[in-house]
Amino acid sequence: MFARGLKRKCAEDEEAVPAYSLQRQSLLDMSLVKLQLCHMLVEPNLCRSVLIANTVRQIQEEMTQDGSWCVPVPQTAGRASRDRLVSTEILCRSAREGARPAPDPGDPASELQVVPAAQAPGAPPGGAWDGDGPRENRGSFHKSLDQIFETLESQSPGAVEELFSDVDGSYYDLDAVLTGMVGGAKSGQDGLEAFASAAAPPPSASCKSDLGELDHVVEILVET
Amino acid sequence: MAGAGGGGCPAGGNDLQWCFSQVKGAVDEDVAEADVISTVEFSHSGDLLATGDKGGRVVIFQREQENKSRPHSRGEYNVYSTFQSHEPEFDYLKSLEIEEKINKIRWLPQQSAAHFLLSTNDKTIKLWKISERDKRAEGYNLKDEDGRLRDPFRITALRVPILKPMDLMVEASPRRIFANAHTYHINSISVNSDHETYLSADDLRINLWHLEITDRSFNIVDIKPANMEELTEVITAAEFHPHQCNVLVYSSSKGTIRLCDMRSSALCDRHSKFFEEPEDPSSRSFFSEIISSVSDVKFSHSGRYMMTRDYLSVKVWDLNMESRPVETHQVHEYLRSKLCSLYENDCIFDKFECCWNGSDSAIMTGSYNNFFRMFDRTTWRDVTLEASRENSKPRASLKPRRVCAGGKRKKDEVSVDSLDFSKKILHTAWHPAENIIAVAATNNLYIFQDKAN
Repeated sequence: MFARGLKRKCAEDEEAVPAYSLQRQSLLDMSLVKLQLCHMLVEPNLCRSVLIANTVRQIQEEMTQDGSWCVPVPQTAGRASRDRLVSTEILCRSAREGARPAPDPGDPASELQVVPAAQAPGAPPGGAWDGDGPRENRGSFHKSLDQIFETLESQSPGAVEELFSDVDGSYYDLDAVLTGMVGGAKSGQDGLEAFASAAAPPPSASCKSDLGELDHVVEILVET
Repeated sequence: MAGAGGGGCPAGGNDLQWCFSQVKGAVDEDVAEADVISTVEFSHSGDLLATGDKGGRVVIFQREQENKSRPHSRGEYNVYSTFQSHEPEFDYLKSLEIEEKINKIRWLPQQSAAHFLLSTNDKTIKLWKISERDKRAEGYNLKDEDGRLRDPFRITALRVPILKPMDLMVEASPRRIFANAHTYHINSISVNSDHETYLSADDLRINLWHLEITDRSFNIVDIKPANMEELTEVITAAEFHPHQCNVLVYSSSKGTIRLCDMRSSALCDRHSKFFEEPEDPSSRSFFSEIISSVSDVKFSHSGRYMMTRDYLSVKVWDLNMESRPVETHQVHEYLRSKLCSLYENDCIFDKFECCWNGSDSAIMTGSYNNFFRMFDRTTWRDVTLEASRENSKPRASLKPRRVCAGGKRKKDEVSVDSLDFSKKILHTAWHPAENIIAVAATNNLYIFQDKAN
């Protein structure tokens, strides 16, 4: 199902490789979207977020390892295809023949530094987001994905960890984190002022003192 | 190891034949979100069955006593009490709603005429007392029968009020509210065997409470990293040992279970035992970690084993062996090739629960398409049954269901692609002593019984 629309290459194994890395890229894209789309009214599910973030990290590590982080992903010519995700054979079986050595956890920073920062693997193959949506929507979506990729490619080690870089309160504002608001450098404040104002509470040694403070503040808010 | 796919034989020991008994809840196709059942629990005697829903309500059913004049209603569960346990709240600091959904209900062992249960949403645990009133006093001195106060100067004689029978009234009143102790979402509560304390667990911490004391709790497990950037694992479930009041277990999103002994240190960050099955390298994929996440952990009644539920299987562990489970039962292995789709539609994050029967000889867990699975640990048979309105004739036997993973679909088999993933059975409960099971299918509660009952 996935092979439709993909240019055939001469060598057989070449045909298989882009299929895998394209699916892996789709999985990465999908995961990032999942992380970004939190229910803003209700706190996001921490377990789900952690599992998705771990998946993103795994993909990142593998992509860094085989150097495909740099490889420009070919744009599937206008295929608004969710179908590639339905055919899960490639992704669901074990990643590669021939085990690769486990990534060295000690030096993720240098690995990431090798990546040319300008090269966002986005213009991601539009996939599910191509097609029907109006142009501007598509544009802004690409923009936010670029921002996400920029965050991931940032120089700080383990960029994905930035997802959890805030203490309790503003952890839940994944939007803010993913669009680089935590770093303070990025623009794109629209609609995010509410989260920008949720300053990270000072780290406390115990849950009780966190809550004691929260209680106190809530009391004040409620009484005004 | 028990195989996958129904063997077509009834499970539960002694060739049980499961039959439809009752179904509770609306028939409408349009299900209100608030009516979705989020937890089911039998009381210790099995006479009461409690359900909690997303709207914060608790409904308790009571089993009818044997009645010669109405033999067919023997053992039927009817509504006993309904009350609003939790209301939606708003966290002003974070500008976020706190859902009123009841995550768990746990009964306290009965010690008097009244019944007590703990119910919890994401943030607050409440102790409810459910008591019966079937008498009322008449003949007060200071007030009339209709409640108006009598003029004290008009009272010339004293009388003793008499208790007169009245229609049974069941009252539920909140006796304790245990609040403000959880920053993250509570996923488990468990009453200790000492009947005085209980634990509550959220994503990163486990607290110990005394049932009488609401203004403080004791933190016994804390896995929050000093630097939240390093967070890679959360607590998914926790339970006290049924007999050893110092022992508890908690499971994680990485598929591990830790057993802690509260006698060894005040803060149980260091486990006494660590249960983890080594990963099979040949089946590793990007989804391996997600499907290994344990969604439920339950001790056997004997206290010798514990059972864990991950996305595709149920595992039974011997507490004396940490290296691997003693049994692995496949719930719906045919989903392994669909993991990417299930990740896309978020079904891969569904948290299924599991339960033991009273004698620990059988275990049960839910699946999709309103299917649920039962595994008999003595005969190694397993069966797939369905909770549906079509099979709802009184005392109708449930027919085993089969899912066709691929290839030619036989008659009566359901193909994987036609499974309805919106019909998920996450919550099931087994009567503590008899072969009666309660299965929650979205907004409906099904009760099935063994024919022999």
